[in-house]
Amino acid sequence: MTAPGKRSGRRRREPTMVPDAEFSSYYGRPVVKPSPWQADIPAYLFLGGLAGGSSLLAAGADLTGNPAMRGPTRITALAAILASLVALVHDLGRPARFHHMMRVMKPTSPMSVGTWILTAYGPLAGVAAVAEARDLLPERLDEGVVGRLLPVAGRAAGIGAALLGPAVASYTAVLLTDTATPSWHDARGELPFVFVGSAASAAAGMAMLATPVAHAGPARRLAVAGSVFELAMSRRMESSMGLSAEPMHQGRAGRYLTAARVLTGAGALLAAWPARRGRAMSRIGGAALLAGSAATRFGIFHAGQQSARDPRYTVVPQRERLDRSTQPSR
Amino acid sequence: MADQLFGPSDPAADAGYRDPPARKGFFTDTSICIGCKACEVACKEWNAVPADGGMALTGNSYDNTVGLGASTWRHVAFIEQRAPETASVDLGMPAMTLPGAQTPADGRQPFRWLMESDVCKHCTRAGCLDVCPTGALFRTEFGTVVVQDDICNGCGYCIPACPYGVIERRDGPPGDPAVGIAQKCTLCYDRLKGDLEPACAKACPTKSIQFGDLEELHQRARERVDVLAAAGETNAQLYGHDPDDGVGGTGAFFLLLDRPEVYGLPPDPVVPTRHLPMMWRRAAVAAVGLLAGAAAAFAGERRR
Repeated sequence: MTAPGKRSGRRRREPTMVPDAEFSSYYGRPVVKPSPWQADIPAYLFLGGLAGGSSLLAAGADLTGNPAMRGPTRITALAAILASLVALVHDLGRPARFHHMMRVMKPTSPMSVGTWILTAYGPLAGVAAVAEARDLLPERLDEGVVGRLLPVAGRAAGIGAALLGPAVASYTAVLLTDTATPSWHDARGELPFVFVGSAASAAAGMAMLATPVAHAGPARRLAVAGSVFELAMSRRMESSMGLSAEPMHQGRAGRYLTAARVLTGAGALLAAWPARRGRAMSRIGGAALLAGSAATRFGIFHAGQQSARDPRYTVVPQRERLDRSTQPSR
Repeated sequence: MADQLFGPSDPAADAGYRDPPARKGFFTDTSICIGCKACEVACKEWNAVPADGGMALTGNSYDNTVGLGASTWRHVAFIEQRAPETASVDLGMPAMTLPGAQTPADGRQPFRWLMESDVCKHCTRAGCLDVCPTGALFRTEFGTVVVQDDICNGCGYCIPACPYGVIERRDGPPGDPAVGIAQKCTLCYDRLKGDLEPACAKACPTKSIQFGDLEELHQRARERVDVLAAAGETNAQLYGHDPDDGVGGTGAFFLLLDRPEVYGLPPDPVVPTRHLPMMWRRAAVAAVGLLAGAAAAFAGERRR
């Protein structure tokens, strides 16, 4: 045994066989670096989910002859994806070079894969939303070729967007988990499921906000299913993570994730019943679901940042793993 | 796919170079580091790396540059600790007073000072390189990993992807051409191109930093461990030399006198991309699940 180096950690006591009670670090400094990302990135995670989920609802509404829901969901999808592109470019160290993302296509880089998913998805969501502008056309155009083509183009593009939407919503989980950030990497088994659940509840929440109650039935069903699924998978994720689940209950991340559970749970309850009865309940439920989804993304984001800033989450599990593999079993 | 992402490999050949030169690297022997920081200075001078923050003193022994970062590509760590029970090599460290002048002999504690010059590990399986979405990070013919300043758009993804916390986006000083761009050691790619050794190794007065063909350095390091063991320093251990570790071995490896975490190094780093195929599979299943869930939400809606 060598002499211990600088100690850090909450508890200071003599070395014991309990491995996480104490660990060595270099003046308590982080081993891995937290991402340099600001609020743009969790906002993007939320908006990407909202867009992808909205495209699904829009295509479903289109195919079931429900224009009251098709319109707002198509417009939400386009607005959300445009806003997320702004966030992504704004977060770059050199925003003017954003197009360098399109020099390569790299399956080992979730960000590269995401770039190409968004490149394919964005224009489809755009065409689907533009098709909603038919009402704005002057009568002459509306009765002509343009007026007849728009719904067809909108449907085709909308179906394409709906097929890509789930990828927009789920790849962002890989974006976070393919890092050395402990609370992200350790969540790799379940985070894609949490994120698609969150995307479903956000999109459904927005549709409940913007669609008359009589036409929002599918949105309410998706809201309940997505929220319940998200909450269940979050629980499973945290129990599978070990030590790095800790930051999810602490500080900023803890506050966001507590708020996410309350808002998502409340939104799901409202969607399950009272939202059927009146527009006000539908709107309150929808707003709660949207806020809950955003809080989930900010909470997961900050849990990762917090876990990178404390060397314990990097050192302790690695030391345990190393000791297990080098020590003969007793 | 998994084999392409994890395990031992010849990185230059893997990257598509035909007949690449021998893989180059650093062997940093911390047992003979004297903490002079000539490596930090030489690195800054050659690579035109700007000052890193103010001139504040940290109080962490003689370490005021804190750690590797955008503007610190070599970093000398200083650890003051109780000496281990085993007899160590007397390095003849200077003291401010006559040894024993103030403490009675039985109250004295054996003390040692560890110094280590840290640097980018130039991993065989480099997380930063794997996740870079622009191709700004690339593998050189020498098997090293380098950022192209004119390509990087500062997305920042490489930073959380590095299991050692080496690479960082430069945020100042204003006017520096690399502000907003990911920065780290290049293993002096320009000097290697001109058949010169990297600036830090050239400046190191004790040969604590040795540069050369990685295979030869491994041989030298093993011999050094044996010499130290024979001299009573049985805690000497190599770090990063093993091609079967979580990053496929590193191009810059170390001889340490204590556990890696004492120096601020991760004890068992693993490249995040090791699990990428599984992550993509999960994401695909989740996406299909969302599609199915949304379809089910419309079940019973009449087609109108």
